[in-house]
Parts: sequence; C-alpha cells; structure tokens
Amino acid sequence: MKKIYVNEEWCLGCHLCEYNCAFAATGDKFMSLALKDKEIRPKIHVEDDGKIMYAVSCRHCEDAICVKSCISGALSKEDGIVKIDKDKCIGCLTCVLVCPYGALVPNEGKAVTKCELCTDNKCGEPACVKGCPNNAICFEERG
Amino acid sequence: MKNYVVVGGGIASLGCIDGILENDREGRITLICGEDRLPYSRPLISYYLEEKTTLEKMQYRSEEFFKNNNIEVKLGVHAEKIEADTVVCDNGEKVAYDKLLVATGSSPFVPPISGLDSVEKKFTFMTEADALALEAAIDKDSRVLIVGAGLIGLKCAEGIADKVSEITVCDLADKVLSSILDKDCADLVKEKMEERGIKFMLSDSVEKFDGGRATMKSGGTVEFDVLVMAVGVRPNLTQLKETGAEINRGVLVNDKMETSLSNIYAAGDLTEGMDISSGTEKVMAILPNAYMQGFCAGKNMSGGDCVFDNQIPMNSIGFFGYHIMTAGSYDGELYEEKSGDSVKKLYVKDNRLVGLIFLGSVDKVGIYTSLIRNKTPLDTIDFEKIKKNPSLLAFSQNYRRKNLGGVL
Ligand SMILES: Cc1cc2nc3c(=O)[nH]c(=O)nc-3n(C[C@H](O)[C@H](O)[C@H](O)COP(=O)(O)OP(=O)(O)OC[C@H]3O[C@@H](n4cnc5c(N)ncnc54)[C@H](O)[C@@H]3O)c2cc1C
Repeated sequence: MKKIYVNEEWCLGCHLCEYNCAFAATGDKFMSLALKDKEIRPKIHVEDDGKIMYAVSCRHCEDAICVKSCISGALSKEDGIVKIDKDKCIGCLTCVLVCPYGALVPNEGKAVTKCELCTDNKCGEPACVKGCPNNAICFEERG
Repeated sequence: MKNYVVVGGGIASLGCIDGILENDREGRITLICGEDRLPYSRPLISYYLEEKTTLEKMQYRSEEFFKNNNIEVKLGVHAEKIEADTVVCDNGEKVAYDKLLVATGSSPFVPPISGLDSVEKKFTFMTEADALALEAAIDKDSRVLIVGAGLIGLKCAEGIADKVSEITVCDLADKVLSSILDKDCADLVKEKMEERGIKFMLSDSVEKFDGGRATMKSGGTVEFDVLVMAVGVRPNLTQLKETGAEINRGVLVNDKMETSLSNIYAAGDLTEGMDISSGTEKVMAILPNAYMQGFCAGKNMSGGDCVFDNQIPMNSIGFFGYHIMTAGSYDGELYEEKSGDSVKKLYVKDNRLVGLIFLGSVDKVGIYTSLIRNKTPLDTIDFEKIKKNPSLLAFSQNYRRKNLGGVL
C-alpha cells in the first residue's frame, strides 16, 4: 500500500510539513488565519541536529504495538492504516509509551492525534507530501 | 475444523480471538465469558465514573464482530472444570475443545480485616459491575475510604473525586504506587492528588472496622460512609490448579503461551512470565501484555509459530492530567533530569537501557521503551545524543532508511 516515506538526504529542515499537517487538520481555507498565533500539534515532526534532518510520522507498522497496547480500544487498523477513534480515546498515552518512533501526539486532556495519511480530512493526498518543496517526503508504494 | 475454546472474556481473550482469526477463519470459536456483557475496557471504569466515557464506548467490539466471525459467546457463564478435551461450565454445559485458552484474569484480593462484615457499603474496583455499584452508593456528601494506594485505588479516587465530599486513601507502604514508583516520584504524584483534596494515610493500615469507622494501626481513626478495598489482585487459577497445570504465583507459560498441559494455553493477568528488563519471572498484570500474550496464544493455537519473548512491565497512567510513564526495572545507573513538574529517569545496566520513569512531560517516551524491549546494546547507537531529547537521531542512517524510508 501507499505510505509516507522520507528521503533523508533531501530534507531541508524547513518544517513546512508540520505547518501543512496542522493546517490540513483545521479544514480551514487560509493557513495564516487558521494557524496564526496558535501553538501547533502536527502529526509529523522534523528531527534535526544541524547536520541530519528528516520528518517522522506514523509508520502504520505491520505489527502495530500501539494498536495492541491501546487500553480503550480507540486504535485499530483499517486497510493498513492505523486509525484512532477520538471518541473512544481517553488520553492515557499508553500508545505514546510504546511507539518506537515517537509518532503519536499527546493532546492535553484530549484524544491523542496521529497521522492517518490524511484520510481523516478533505485533503486527498497527504498534505505534508503535497507541500514538501524538495520531495523529501513522498507518498508511494515501497519495500 | 478445529474447536477453539476461550475462557475469560477480557482483553487477553480478544487478543487470542484476533490471533486465531488471522490464521483460521473456518474453525469454531467459543468464548466462555464470565461477565454478562461483551468484553469491555476494564481500565476505563474510573473514566466512566468521571464521565469521560460511556458504557457503550467502553465495549471493545460490537455484537456484529462476534456474529460476523462466527464466534459463539456464552455470556455470564463460568468455566468450572477443565478436562483433557472438554470444559465443564457452571450451567452444566460441556464444551469440547481441540485448543483451549484460559484467560480468567485476576480478582481483587480482600484481606480478612477484623470487623469488615460490619461495614455496610463496601466495594472492590475491578469490573463494570463494581463501578456501577459504587456509583449508586456515593453522593456529594459521601466520605470515602480507599484501602490501597496502588494503581487501582488511586484511579478509583480520581474517578469519584468530583462526586463525593471526602476521600482518604491509606496504604501500608510509605508511598503511593509503590510497585512502580520510587519515593521522590511517588511524593510528587501524591502532592498532585493532595492538591485535589485527596487525603493520604501512608505507612498505615486498618486494624479494625466498626461500621463506618476504621481504627488504624497508628491509632488514628477514619469515619467514612463508603469503603473501597483495593489492596491488590490475585490471579484466578482455580480451574488450572485443579487440572494440574504448573503454577507458581501465576500459571507458568513458555514464550508460546503454552502451559505445562497439552493443548492448553494461558494469557493475561493470571500468567507468570519473564520480565526481560530484569531477567526475572513475574506476574505482569497490565493490559498490553495481556493482549499480546493472547494474540500470540491464538496464533499458535491455530497452527502458527509465534513467540512473545520481550515482555516488560510498563504503565502509562495519569491523575488529574499529570502523566506518569514507567517501564522496565530500576536496577541500574541512573540518569536524571528535573524541571518544574517534570521528572525523567533512565536506568542503564550492562550496556542496556533497562528502565525508565517519566512524570509530567512524556513526549516520544516510546523511543526509550523500545530500547528496553529490544535490549538494544547502547554502544550500537548514539545514546548520549538522545539522553536529553528522545529522537531517531541516535540510530544509524540505515535504520532510518529502512524504517522511515521504507528502503530494505
Ligand atoms: C481500575 C483499573 C485500572 C487499570 N488501569 C490499567 C492501565 O492503565 N494500564 C494497564 O496496562 N492496565 C490497567 N489495568 C489492568 C488491566 O485491566 C488488566 O491487566 C487486564 O484487564 C487483564 O486482562 P485479562 O484478559 O488477563 O483479564 P481480565 O480483564 O481480568 O478478564 C478476565 C475475565 O475472565 C472472567 N472469568 C474469570 N473466571 C472465569 C471463569 N472461570 N470462567 C469464565 N470467565 C471467567 C472474568 O469475569 C473477567 O471478565 C487496570 C485495571 C483496573 C481494575
């Protein structure tokens, strides 16, 4: 299936993916209005030590330990995508405790958020990929 | 066509069913479910009292799930006796099996304290039925005494904090959450709970009850309307014991979840397994392990070849928005950071990360947890780089190419 993959050597560390991700989740028309003066909690994040940089989002693992560990039954796998039922999640963060990639995002007192490959918004193709200026993130079949 | 029988009805049972269904969609699965409702999330009973979830949402799978997968569910039926190829139920029914999973979980342990019988409103806190009974017994004027400052006792306190007038929690130990926290972390958690009006009597226990009054070992007394006993849980082993399975504190299973008896598997709170972080056998009564053990058992029962050989104790819980994460064991060299309300402790031993405690800020802790579970030799990664901030920068470029780039 198509997933989000990163090409580490092409990442510029510009963090645009984070903004595009947060914007896609709002469903708004204008990014500046939607995100201005707000702290964003994107479902993709850039790790950067000054020399190496790349974006990380949910890997939709074959054997997803977050799904197996979820105490509330909020996480499940549908058509290869790890999905979260925000209504069921009570924010215990067991998924954050077990995810080897740090890909789930705690959300003060609310449901955890995570990448669902933009199937949870009206974006179509993943917003992080569409907006990446250097093709460092792509949405395709690999491996 | 194989006959699979699953005894229990908790999360381990569901894990097993999922495991079986991955291999065999022809077999006949019977779930003997002790409670009279479909499997639901036990840890959520306190959130139910807090009105953060509902009984409907707590149910793990819909009725259709069981119907569509041809699973026969016997609700409110207990397995009474396990024979070589049959389970005898308390309603007289006999259910034949080729492969059996016993996932009967654990039950609250209630110590025989003098005068306990004289307490009118007393409860344990394990099941939905317990939560409903407690809910019916409390009101805004209730004074509640909770015996036990472990995870279950404290979760109960949080669940009812806004619904009663007074909560006192006592425990023999000198700290809260004594099985997962050290003293200074435990004190921080206790403070957070005290800020919400919960009172603690630690290093103290009830000597005797006299109606609505508890006399403590220290000499003090507590007047209460409602009592919750939450001192601990005991694995439900009666049937396996009678059948002759090897048992220590829990039933012994290998890493395929086989008991010492042929065709009988066990998973969840009633098992004793290897904690790879400390190298010791113990009962690790937590939900993720219960599911994963059940899943592994289900795979093997249906002809698969699956091992679950990286269990560790781990917990992610919170009280009034203050998060606690713990994993592994705390016998090792300590790396520690504190800032504001947040605490971070990492324990390193023999070139491995063996344990962690986080309070407050918990972003990306899973990166550390997986180092513990995978027994990653720390000299194969740049551990120094991620001691402060967890990230994948510590790993080789090849690791990232494979896992983030999908390049094999
Ligand atoms: C209040 C509370 C909060 C918790 N919070 C957390 C948490 O945050 N994180 C975490 O990891 N864990 C938590 N736990 C622990 C977690 O709930 C257990 O580890 C998990 O439920 C174990 O699953 P299980 O399937 O092994 O057993 P159980 O959930 O105990 O299910 C076993 C089932 O078997 C049934 N049964 C027993 N005997 C028989 C019989 N003879 N025949 C038929 N059926 C029988 C029982 O009625 C029960 O329904 C919490 C527990 C409680 C009570």
